[in-house]
Amino acid sequence: MDSELIHLTAHEARGLLMRHEVSSVELTQAVLSHIEKVEPRVHSLITITPELALTAAAKSDAMLNDEKQCGPLTGIPIVVKDNISTKGTLTTAGSKMLSNFIPPYDAHVVTRLREAGAIIVGKGNLDEFAMGSSNENSAFQPTRNPWNTNLVPGGSSGGPAAAVSTGECYIALGSDTGGSIRQPSALCGVVGMKPTYGLVSRYGLIAFASSLDQIGPIARDVQDCADMLTVIAGHDPRDSTSSPTAKFSYSARARTNLEGVKIGVPREYLVTGMEKGVKAAYESALQVLESLGASVTEISLPLTDLALAVYYIIAPSEAMANLARYDGFKYGHSSSQADDAWDLMKLSRGEAFGAEVKRRIILGGYALSAGYYDAYYKKAQQVRSLIRKEFSEFFQKFDVLVTPTSPTVAFKVGSRAKEPLSMYMSDICTIPANIAGLPAISVPAGNSGNLPVGLQIVGPPSADSRVISIAHSYEQATPWHLEHPPLW
Amino acid sequence: MPIISSDDVRYIAALTHLHLTEGEIEVMRSDLSTVLEHFESLQRIDTTEVEPTGHSTDVRSVMRDDEPSDSLSRKYVLANVPEVEDDYFRIRPILG
Repeated sequence: MDSELIHLTAHEARGLLMRHEVSSVELTQAVLSHIEKVEPRVHSLITITPELALTAAAKSDAMLNDEKQCGPLTGIPIVVKDNISTKGTLTTAGSKMLSNFIPPYDAHVVTRLREAGAIIVGKGNLDEFAMGSSNENSAFQPTRNPWNTNLVPGGSSGGPAAAVSTGECYIALGSDTGGSIRQPSALCGVVGMKPTYGLVSRYGLIAFASSLDQIGPIARDVQDCADMLTVIAGHDPRDSTSSPTAKFSYSARARTNLEGVKIGVPREYLVTGMEKGVKAAYESALQVLESLGASVTEISLPLTDLALAVYYIIAPSEAMANLARYDGFKYGHSSSQADDAWDLMKLSRGEAFGAEVKRRIILGGYALSAGYYDAYYKKAQQVRSLIRKEFSEFFQKFDVLVTPTSPTVAFKVGSRAKEPLSMYMSDICTIPANIAGLPAISVPAGNSGNLPVGLQIVGPPSADSRVISIAHSYEQATPWHLEHPPLW
Repeated sequence: MPIISSDDVRYIAALTHLHLTEGEIEVMRSDLSTVLEHFESLQRIDTTEVEPTGHSTDVRSVMRDDEPSDSLSRKYVLANVPEVEDDYFRIRPILG
């Protein structure tokens, strides 16, 4: 009975809760004992909060007695990525720098979750400060892929994606700066979405690259993803980049007919190094979309090839600025070896930041330094303008673009850790959407060698509903969302 | 464009107040050289008169009304401080 409960979607579990066939406390207990079973092999979570979860579940059970107080997440166990602040609960950003940090406030999205009666069961493991594509950069144990524990789950939201995939929660919140929700979702066989930049408040998200970061849902199906987005989206005056007008709403039924939908397929996303199995799954997915009535046209977006370079100059530059606050004075790791304040800063940072974080700080500092600023940072920002323009022209002729989410399926732990550039290439299909602030979703699109493959759908700014709707139609015409990793 | 040197790495480490060991400096130099070589592709693009984009949002200069309210309480401010003395942050000497 418990194992059936664990693998339901949130909307199915909600049905049981609303009919009082199960209580939120029972659901939460089932999830907590599943977590105990799964965690020794998967390590999705840095912190588990059973007592807080059961207290919240009891409160939600009271809410469930009055339908008017209930929403799609009432009583539903959730995981929150550990770079999202939870008041009173350890929030580490996956780093030694914050291994003892307890935020004095909730992130905006966490406030919304609590108001909605969602049950936070734990904090999701991640690459340190959200920098990475495999979850191997976590200062705590790396997360393993639920489909094969010798493989990575992807990153940086590898913990939340794995937790949804194993059944350790129903829905999770991740963050996405260059693909960190979409890529691990693809590698773990779940749905993950990065909303339009500005739709979801970043207040309380530990900053990595402020012009690129967005919080978004990870779920077992598109409806759950849309329900979570409804709860967290909307203006927040505490985030000055939060869109004052953007809203999100979505009605649940999937269209079975995509007549009139114009899909553009840019050939530049079919990179050298894309696995045959991924390409094959992608081509089958395009055939499904055509069979639903959409038109699929191959086109060229030449600036796509520059997106990786643009991202790996802009993101580290912003990261260097955002990580300047970790100085050993106010919070976080403080070196015991320092004689003066300057040493305190240098040594605290040197001792507590991992290799990838240091690499990006140095890269960002270099790109911004006098003598190199024009050639790197300013140039990247100019090319960013051109990329946005290229997308804008594309979206005048097409409704969405559809690409594979990742050029490969999940790879072996340790196989890319020594070669930063090969790790960076994992994000080649996802990065352009962050550069231009576009809504983008990854949905399961079949398997290659028994490992999940993801399909990415990208829309113009503010077309979050459109992207979700097309994803929903594709999902309902295919069996992939019904699969879960056999190990659990 | 010159590929990054060990001196460059040391210089940037000093600017960003980041302590690196000699071993880390060498690995960094090598890793970043590979990465920066890849980025030479950007130089081929003509960006004459193209405005740089700092953000992917069109929101600008967001203001709010100046309404007084409580700030974070001392208890919370001091809760994560590495060294607290009475109600002060205890740090190392800055000058001398």
